[in-house]
Amino acid sequence: MDNSLYNYILGISDNTLILGQRLSELCGHGPNLETDIACTNIALDLLGQTRSYYQYVAKLSEGQSTEDDIAFLRTEREYKNILLVEQPNTNFGYVIIRQFFYDVFHLLLLRELQNSKDETLAAIAKKGIKEVSYHQRFSSDWVKRLGDGTKTSHNKIQEAVDDLWKFTDELFYLTEDDKSAVISGIGVDVSLLKSSYYQIVEEVLQEATLTIPELKWFRKGGKEGIHSEHMGYLLSDLQYMQRTYPNMKW
Amino acid sequence: MKKNWPLWEVFVRSKNGLEHRHFGSLHAADADMALENARDVYTRRSEGVSIWVVPSKHITASNPEHHGELFEPAQDKVYRHPTFYNLPDEVKHM
Amino acid sequence: MSEKEIKNLEALFDQRIARDEKIEPKDWMPEKYRKTHIRQISQHAHSEIVGMLPEGNWITRAPSMRRKVALLAKVQDEAGHGLYLYSACETLGISRDELFEQLHTGKAKYSSIFNYPTITWADIGAIGWLVDGAAIINQVPLCSTSYGPYARAMIRVCKEESFHQRQGYEIMMTLAGGSPEQKELAQDALNRWWWPSLMMLGPTDAESVHTEQSMKWKLKRKTNDELRQQFIDQTVPQADLIGLRIPDPDLKWNEETNHYDFGAIDWDEFWQVVKGHGPCNTERLSARIQAWEEGEWVRDAAVAYADKKEDKKLKKAI
Repeated sequence: MDNSLYNYILGISDNTLILGQRLSELCGHGPNLETDIACTNIALDLLGQTRSYYQYVAKLSEGQSTEDDIAFLRTEREYKNILLVEQPNTNFGYVIIRQFFYDVFHLLLLRELQNSKDETLAAIAKKGIKEVSYHQRFSSDWVKRLGDGTKTSHNKIQEAVDDLWKFTDELFYLTEDDKSAVISGIGVDVSLLKSSYYQIVEEVLQEATLTIPELKWFRKGGKEGIHSEHMGYLLSDLQYMQRTYPNMKW
Repeated sequence: MKKNWPLWEVFVRSKNGLEHRHFGSLHAADADMALENARDVYTRRSEGVSIWVVPSKHITASNPEHHGELFEPAQDKVYRHPTFYNLPDEVKHM
Repeated sequence: MSEKEIKNLEALFDQRIARDEKIEPKDWMPEKYRKTHIRQISQHAHSEIVGMLPEGNWITRAPSMRRKVALLAKVQDEAGHGLYLYSACETLGISRDELFEQLHTGKAKYSSIFNYPTITWADIGAIGWLVDGAAIINQVPLCSTSYGPYARAMIRVCKEESFHQRQGYEIMMTLAGGSPEQKELAQDALNRWWWPSLMMLGPTDAESVHTEQSMKWKLKRKTNDELRQQFIDQTVPQADLIGLRIPDPDLKWNEETNHYDFGAIDWDEFWQVVKGHGPCNTERLSARIQAWEEGEWVRDAAVAYADKKEDKKLKKAI
């Protein structure tokens, strides 16, 4: 099995898994019914995409692993998601900003990935573009509502922007596996997405009357498997059943 | 503050060629949100290809108390229906 | 209106229902009809959204990706069903916020079954199989109830619910056919959910205060005891099929009646839970209240933003 390709795909799909997991924590606890249903729809899209990637990776492993092994049976250091997506649902402002920061990147990524030399990845990306375009529309609208809504909402969401901004730079970091995927024409050089990304993000934040943080230092590590302390708790929920009852069918 | 999100009526076209049909209602703060919510609430199982949303307060409804004067006069106008006219069975294509 | 006129209208109203005519929101209706419907429809809606909590408890811990997305979609459907039902209720002249207020202050009730905890994964199977199974038995007749908006909401609900029970039974079937540990999980869940599911179909006919009136208005087509018997008769063979044992030593097929005889239900427990002393009454209600209170600034912001946009549009027009 091509380990490098395997890792490259996990580098994309672990993000959708962990963000989907975070969003699904909210199901039943949203600010009202309509918004609850909307957030769950996004979670279902993300988990659906994750399954496509993992099923493909499982196929590449030639029977070595299944979709569920990949989702549930790795150690924390083996998950390759960025730090942003594992951040907790501190309040609805954090949920929206985390989503928005990821959606803008996600859409740019998939638009490139649909041209991948790997046909399966290209097909997954193509399907995902429609879903993620909607996610970005949903989260941008909410950034504007909360930013330009009341004084309270403005302050709350500004705090989320200030707090989560430091995780955005990691989106454009390339691991060794990412680099080789780029060279072989399979992967996307995410460092090239950076200027478009910040342009879109800043436009929306400005329209939402929010201040763009002037941050000079950023946090990264997730892509190399070095996560924040939140990750362990997230995984203990995620993996609970598979760890407690190993080797069973569900 | 505490202001409620207004109520909207949702109409969905289930496929091209069919009319928009009333599907139900929901709450939303503005029209954009009403459309998005309608998509998430009423078309989760691919029930639609087009959505209309209308603020419920903008719907003018007839009063059931006027049912008699509004609708009953139409009941005896049988000549508006094809069966009013007696034609022999042999006549085709009519 | 004089008392006599009202009596007259009521008689006409009852005739309409007897003829299977639907009642629509703006039609005249007896005050008692309106109140009873607000009570029943909102109680139904509350049950849907409180019902999201015990199952939602396992979304993040579902044992496989397939189970995770199915459960998430199912719990989301319940939010949708709550929404359809609140909308139906609102046509009777009460707002969703008022209905939430009634739920949060404990004035309104919801189905007691959701006050039981989901402590293992198998409980998710048991809820889908038994609780949704009992709910469907209750709900299908409501598709032809007399109040139009309620009947229409129920048609949509029943259509969407059809996957819920299958989802639950499939979980139970997989567990029952799995390792001894898994089978034990399934049996344990059945043991804990069986009796509460029977109670879910309501107090016995002798104790039921609303039955007669509800029958007349087609809010009910069968009595609680009839529904319970139907539920037992259809569920016992399903348990047999996957090798699980119904936790009732008195359960026995009766050749004469063509029904199962079953043991006595502990109605004391039922009334305890209804009165708020179930294992999770406090948790369920506080989770709902918390979500609502924490969401207030979000809902307010959306209204404020919409107002600002509307103002801008008006200014442009001038």
